[in-house]
Order: sequence, then C-alpha cells, then structure tokens
Amino acid sequence: MLYFAARRFLSALLVMFAISVLVFLIFFATPGVDPAARIAGRNADPATLAQVRHAFGLDRPMPVRYLLMMKHLLVDRDLESFVNRGARVIPQIVQAAPVTLSLVVGAAILWMAVGILMGTAAATMRGTAVDPLIMLVGVVGVSLPAYWLGEVVNLITQKQLHGTVFSWVPPPGYVGLSQNPGEWALHLLFPWLTLSVLYAGIYARLLRGEVVTALNEDYVRTARAKGLSERRILVRHALRCSLIPIVSLFGLDFGALVGGAALLTEVVFGLPGIGKLTFDALQNLDLPVIMGTVLYAAFFVVLANALVDILYARLDPRARHA
Amino acid sequence: MPDQPLLDVTDLRVSFRTRRGRVTAVDGLSFSVAPGEVLGVVGESGSGKSVSMLAVLRLLTNPNVTVSGEVLFRGRDLLSLPDKQMRAIRGREIAMVFQDPMTALTPVYTVGWQIAEQIRAHEPVSRKEAHARAVELLSDVGIPDAASRVNAYPHEFSGGMRQRAVIAMALACSPALLIADEPTTALDVTIQAQILDLMRELNARGSAVVLITHDMGVVSEIADRVLVMYGGRVAEEGPRQAVFHVPRHPYTWGLLDSVPRVGGTRLRRLPTIAGVPVSPDSLPEGCAFAPRCRLRHERCDERPELSAAPGTPAHRDACRLPADDRTSLRLTARAAATGAAAAEHAGRASKAERADKADVEREAAP
Repeated sequence: MLYFAARRFLSALLVMFAISVLVFLIFFATPGVDPAARIAGRNADPATLAQVRHAFGLDRPMPVRYLLMMKHLLVDRDLESFVNRGARVIPQIVQAAPVTLSLVVGAAILWMAVGILMGTAAATMRGTAVDPLIMLVGVVGVSLPAYWLGEVVNLITQKQLHGTVFSWVPPPGYVGLSQNPGEWALHLLFPWLTLSVLYAGIYARLLRGEVVTALNEDYVRTARAKGLSERRILVRHALRCSLIPIVSLFGLDFGALVGGAALLTEVVFGLPGIGKLTFDALQNLDLPVIMGTVLYAAFFVVLANALVDILYARLDPRARHA
Repeated sequence: MPDQPLLDVTDLRVSFRTRRGRVTAVDGLSFSVAPGEVLGVVGESGSGKSVSMLAVLRLLTNPNVTVSGEVLFRGRDLLSLPDKQMRAIRGREIAMVFQDPMTALTPVYTVGWQIAEQIRAHEPVSRKEAHARAVELLSDVGIPDAASRVNAYPHEFSGGMRQRAVIAMALACSPALLIADEPTTALDVTIQAQILDLMRELNARGSAVVLITHDMGVVSEIADRVLVMYGGRVAEEGPRQAVFHVPRHPYTWGLLDSVPRVGGTRLRRLPTIAGVPVSPDSLPEGCAFAPRCRLRHERCDERPELSAAPGTPAHRDACRLPADDRTSLRLTARAAATGAAAAEHAGRASKAERADKADVEREAAP
C-alpha cells in the first residue's frame, strides 16, 4: 500500500511538472505570442514594450523565468496576476475552488443516483416500452448543451415564471456553505440539475449496456439456479459487476469537472468558480493565473485518478494483484 | 409410494421465436428420474439436452422462449408454480451445475461468500454458521486447506477447483436432485475423473443425478439409466446395460461406434455418423434422424413413437425398424459405415499422405 501510494505520488508530481512546462512553453515559446505586447496594450511603442518586458522579467532566459514563476507560485506563494497588478493568484484559486467543488460534488451525487437508477431500470425492463423511453430521455439529456439548458432554466426561473412558480429561486450567484447552508443549496439547485443532466444521460446509457451484458453472464444463471430473488440477483450480482467500468469513468469526469470543465455551467449561473477564473485569465492571457489554475486542475485530475485506482481495487478483486 | 418418480417430465416442448420463425429445440420430451438414480442424458451438440434441463428449472429467461408440457417434481408441476415457490425449489431441492466453471461464479465475491449466500437464501442461519458450513462443504469436495481457501476469489482458483466450488455450492442444501450440465467438458481428463467421483459420492448420499454429457465414456461409468436425445426428442432410453450392450436406435449405434476402443482390433479409421446434426429450425416431420440414417425407408417419414423392446419394457426406442432384428441390422449399418469411411480414406490417401500419417500417429497414441 505504501509502495503504491509513493509510486502514485511520484507519477503525480511528474505529470504536474510536465503540464507546467507545457503551459509555460505554450505561452512563452510559441512564435508570434508575446505576452509583453498583450500587457502593454495595443500599438505600444518599442520603449514601453522594453520597459514592460523588463518589469515582468520577460527579458531573462526561459528556464530562469520558468523557475522564478514556479518559485513565486509554490514557494513564496505570492505570484501576482499580470493583468490586475497586486492581485495574487493563490487566494483567487482558494476562493474559487469551494464554488466549483460545491457545484460538482452536488451534481455528481445527482447524476450518479439518477444514472444508476435509469440505467438499471432500463436494463431490467428490456423488451418493454419503458426501456427505449428511458434511453430516449438519456439521449435528450446528452444532447442538451449546458449553456443552452442553463440559459433556458434561467429564463424560466428568473423571468417568465419568476413571479409565480419560481418566486423562491434566488438570483444567480453563490452563497458560501458556511455562511448559510440553506441559501447555498438553493443557489446551487438549478446549476446542479443543469450540470447533471448531461452526465446522467451518459451514465444511464453506459450502465444499461453493462447490466444487460451482466444479466446474460453465466454467473447470473448460477445465481438464479441458487434460488436467489431476482432483486438480489440484479443488485448484488449484475449491478455490482457493472459498476466497475462506471466508477473508472466517474473518476475521470469528476476530476476534470473539479479542475474547471464545469466552466459553461459556472458562467451561465454566475458562479465564480475555477472554470470562470481560468476562462477570464485566458481571455487576458494572464499567464500566472492560467498557470495556477492549470496546475490546480492537473492536481485534481491526478488525485481523482489515484482515488479511482484505489476504489477500483476495492470493487474488483481481480485488479488487486495486477 | 416408493415407486413414484422424483422428477416426471411429460411432453416438454421448448421453442424459440427467431427472425426465421419458430424454432423447436425440445419436441415432446418425456422422461423420469427415480429417487437416488443417476440418469445420463447423451446426444450431440444441439440435441436439446441443456435446453430441456434449463426449462425444467425455469432458467430460460429469454422472453422469446415458450415452454409447455408438464414437469412434476415430487408431485408438483414446476412449470405452473408461482415464482416464489419455484425459487424455494431451486438450489434447495434441485441444484444445477453448469458446464463452464470459469464463468459460473460472480468474480467480485469470495467463493465462501457465494456458498454462504446459497445457504442463507434457503435456511435461517447466521452469517458465521453459513461461513462454517461453506468451509465444511469445500473440504468435502476435496479443496485442500479449505479454511483459508474459502476466502479466495474465483480467479484465484484453477478450473477444476472452481468446478468443485460450484459443486460444493450445489450440495449446500443437500438437494434431492442434482442436474449437472456437462460438468466435466471444460476440464482436464484427470480432473474429470475426480469430478465424476464427486458425483458418485453425492449419489451414494442419496441424491438423484441427471448428468448431461456428450461423452459416452462418462455415461458408461456412472449412469444407472441412459437417455439418448436427438433433435429435441428421445431416440432411445433404458438401463445402462441394455443401452450399451444391445443398443436399438441407429443413432445410438453411431454414437457407440464412434468411440475409440482400447482393446480389440484397431480400426483403420473411426466410423462417424454421416451428415450434420439436424438443426432445430428444420426438424423433419418424421423421424429426426432419418436424413442421416443408413437404414431409412419410406415409413421413416412418419414420426416414430417410443416403444419397448421385446422382453425388456424399460428399454424403449423411437425407430421404425423391425423390433426383433436390430442386432443384425446394426452389423449391416456398421459395415456400410466402415466401408464408406474406408473408401473415403482410400480416396484421400493417395492425395494427402501427410494427413494419413498424422491419423496413424493419432490412432497409435492411446
């Protein structure tokens, strides 16, 4: 276990190092991309450019600049934004992370519950009209883009029906969990629903296929021959084995979403999360912030993968000794 | 009533709805199993052996399957029993062992857990008690160090050990009837013998056994009675001695003649049954075996009924040949079969000498 954890940790470090180098190179070594020009503004004269270059340390050798940036980011923790001078990167991320986590964790619980329920129900009712109906709902869920669905939800809850049915819906924004748990949940309810619709559809379709395959396996026939109830066969045997691939997919999706992939939902519902932060930084080519958020995202993806590996070994005994 | 059969199947029919229309896999099968008896069910692949046994236990869950007939187990019709009562019979009174032990166990639970699950499904015992019984059962079926192996996962067992574990599970509630669907087919020969010993031991403890196989050698070792199936129907049935020594149906002749013999004169080439097994979607109106039979005649277009051999009412067969002259007819058929095989052999010999050599080596091997 210790060896496993150490190996995991090392590979995580390596991945994060590689990503940081890559991000750094994309913004500083790509021909035609000059951060100084962006910072100095349009049509800046050469003198201003040179001054900006010097002030931001852009005239020093590339490896030194990389190391300096990393030192500020990780050791001194005082890396500052290029755009809003004085605004530090790390506090921004620390502030944005709980928003994203709140959004993604809630949505994940929702989509796993709904996806497993829909997928299992469809698989057991194969051959009836219910199965294609559930799968149709799943496809609809998958094909609704979050930005569109979010806007429609906003339109209905904030405008059209705000006076009647949805008068209890608060305006878009975020309230911290520690400030007011009730308001926190209320503010996040529709973002959760919007984000989970897509994933619930995907997971339901995937799980249905897995369960249908499992129900045709020999071990299910053995379970029937043992005289077990259909319910027990479904839950303890078929579903239990079908969850293995679902869990590994879930780890990847969850990591990516926490890392900022929930951007569209965050923007639509005005949630100041990591996705929004990255998005704004990208628009301004604010490299320090980009570097911070990208490393943060990589950290979560790697962490989620490590957790999935551990969970996988718990779920599937065959993977334990491999 | 001591003579009442344990399992009495009458006119069992199983058909599948397919794209090409109805396909009949089991066509009016009737047989019975007495308490404590070993019934060997033999036939080629696709003769309806497995399907009929799955139908008996109502394990054919495909919605396209139709099962009809009567399956009396201890006087109750299994086909019309409510699901809940059927579940109480499955695993407790009738247990089933399947062909492939590699996939028969759920991969994510320990072997002991799965045996305990079976016990707890039928008896109100504690988890601990069930676990202890699982250890006992595993050691009964010859798993060494059962107390620690009980916590192993199926993938940590070899094929033979898995089959033992499956059998241990089947024995968990001391069933009155064990249906074993080719329990040895997927295993090594040495393991096969051990599994058969296990079946025999179980039978000695009082359980009746239905052993499905296509291995005539296995049947001749263990069965009290033999049921030969072809095309979803009974071709011949009777006590083992009678079926093996005075077989009456041409299909049984073919099966017996195609088993290599250890003693006696060595044949140049093993006779086979000409043609391919009848497909369930094109069952002939008359005798199912007629298209492959060397002795067929006009009356074979009419479906033959099971009828007893003269003098031995327990030995019955479904064939249109004259009832009293089967032994000499068999010799004629065999001569024709070996003649055909030899002619085929001679024709091929000149062309493919290497194949011939391989044959000789194979024949010399045992």
